[in-house]
Amino acid sequence: MSVLVDKSTRLVVQGITGSAGAFHTRQCMDYGTNVVAGVTPGKGGQVFDAKVPVFDTVWEARQKTGCNASMVFVPAPAAADSILEAVDAGVELIVCITEGIPVMDMMRVKALMRGKKSRLIGPNCPGIITPGACKIGIMPGYIHKPGNVGVISRSGTLTYEAVWQLTSRGYGQSTCIGIGGDPIHGLSHVDCVKLFNEDPGTEAMILIGEIGGSAEEEAAEWIKMNCKKPVAAFIAGMTAPPGRRMGHAGAIISGGTGTAAGKIAALKAAGVAIADTPATMADTLIAQMKARL
Amino acid sequence: MNIHEHQARKLLQRFDVATTRGKVASTLDEAEQIARELGAVEIVVKAQIHAGGRGKGEFKNGFKGGVHVRKTPEEVREVAAKMLGQILVTHQTGPAGRVVNKVLVAESAEIAREIYFAILLDRATAAPLIVSSTEGGVEIETFAAKSPEKIIREAIDPLAGLQPFQTRKLAKQLGFESSQLKSAAKLFEGLYRTFVAFDCSMVEVNPLVVTTKGDVLALDAKFNFDDNALYRHPEIAAMRDFAEEDPREVEASKHGLSYIGLDGNIACLVNGAGLAMATMDIIKFYGGEPANFLDVGGGATEEQVTEALKILIADKKVKAILVNIFGGIMKCDIIAQGIINAAKTVKLSVPLVVRLEGTNVERGKQLLKESGLALIAADDLADAAKKVVSAAKGK
Repeated sequence: MSVLVDKSTRLVVQGITGSAGAFHTRQCMDYGTNVVAGVTPGKGGQVFDAKVPVFDTVWEARQKTGCNASMVFVPAPAAADSILEAVDAGVELIVCITEGIPVMDMMRVKALMRGKKSRLIGPNCPGIITPGACKIGIMPGYIHKPGNVGVISRSGTLTYEAVWQLTSRGYGQSTCIGIGGDPIHGLSHVDCVKLFNEDPGTEAMILIGEIGGSAEEEAAEWIKMNCKKPVAAFIAGMTAPPGRRMGHAGAIISGGTGTAAGKIAALKAAGVAIADTPATMADTLIAQMKARL
Repeated sequence: MNIHEHQARKLLQRFDVATTRGKVASTLDEAEQIARELGAVEIVVKAQIHAGGRGKGEFKNGFKGGVHVRKTPEEVREVAAKMLGQILVTHQTGPAGRVVNKVLVAESAEIAREIYFAILLDRATAAPLIVSSTEGGVEIETFAAKSPEKIIREAIDPLAGLQPFQTRKLAKQLGFESSQLKSAAKLFEGLYRTFVAFDCSMVEVNPLVVTTKGDVLALDAKFNFDDNALYRHPEIAAMRDFAEEDPREVEASKHGLSYIGLDGNIACLVNGAGLAMATMDIIKFYGGEPANFLDVGGGATEEQVTEALKILIADKKVKAILVNIFGGIMKCDIIAQGIINAAKTVKLSVPLVVRLEGTNVERGKQLLKESGLALIAADDLADAAKKVVSAAKGK
């Protein structure tokens, strides 16, 4: 079992003919993802790698192929519009990999998505993967293994680190979701925790957060009240200086809020096991799972 | 990205935000000339550097304060002479201070009342938010923590924008008299338009003042711009003052690297922002001090890795370097080749610990082995951190 994506996912890739889009589409197809369509305005009628029909609009792709998920690889200046195009076409899940989208653009996207049934993951994220079934994103597929740990993270490579630790200790993953490092994004930590909590195929979760914002504190609050499954967490940015943007636009400590210490305290109070270092994320969860047996 | 006060004033004037009259001067003649043209009773001369705390700062030549009020053009010239070309140290500049290349010469406002007014992007609601207070000229974070009831918040619908009634309501809440309502509302509207037009993440006016004559003015403004949106604002990008930034950060940004200098002695080179922060954390956990944050990004090239390593090696404080790569898009053999190339052009004078994992890891390790470089290989993240901390201590 898994959340959001599985064998039945039918993927459209927006920006399939760009170099990054093409490269990662092939990687996803090699992994077994069912890529049913691509979209590049002006290139409708082409066929990608002799397999995937390319359309001018997502609307057509949806009509002709019944795609129910989208992966957005469109460059930052046009990415917000591409997300809205997929929302308009009724695509259920939109995964935006693109980094560097202006915050004001995402603010408008978020406002226009209110009340719509589409869900957004990202932007500026590695994507989502259900090991052995469906990979939508840029994560290296081979480090994953099917299993029952859910992974939620704002960071890309730090997620790979957690996944690799789990896999090399024999623990597989139900689904791994990279929600992205931008200050305004789609699914939040708490949205993902809820999904994993309801998923019978997920027995435990690793939550990877970082400084900035209050998403981890909100997740902690929800976990405290509702979550029965073991959760381990790591918060990056313990040593980050205030007021500086650490790579991710969202990772910034401002005016004493969004600190690692505050997030860790909130998570601990919710019964979440905290990994002291990024090297012990899997071990911390495994210990927590054993303690609950 | 930050800009100077005199540049901020120009942006505000574009949207009819009232400020005091004044101009920026680079020379003593200019300073005197501007003062003469202003013909004001009192003239303020302000050192133009990005750091805050200018008024309470001290020049390395012994002259106290980066903000002064004078009466005549001759006096303005005299005070400008003590500032231009001199190094100003404030609590935000660090002991090195900043060279003052320009001064703002403006009429001095007779202040009756000071107000704090800021517009920022609130990530929790994904919408612009106005934060204001009748207590201007204060350090707002400390003030908000002490007297949260005195902070006035007004949320703005991102699609509809700031509505006229909201500007009137704010004016009332901030204690403006009925006769001042119109000019206050106009100023708020202008600030919001500035905020949107230039893709700001924050516009902070502190203080916004009411003069003894009843005029409403933005006396000082601080802008934060969304770096992601700079591509569509070339004029803002052109305002970037490289002299105000850490030269290591400037060099890194030329190569598309995300670098932030810190005070420790263990340099790190990592792919991905989250992993880069976590690497700093684990160095600290094992008793070391990180010298920097450096994210080479997801798709870095061999050249970028080489340049990144050169920046780290050039830093005299650095006693050891940790390369921590989890290859996804980024292939480990590319990183290995980048390290080898860097070692060919610059002498590797400090211990280098390398931890590689992920795509093409075996080829990467093989390349490093064959290169004959004196590297310390690490098996995992904890091992790497322990090794680099002890290497920095000379063990």
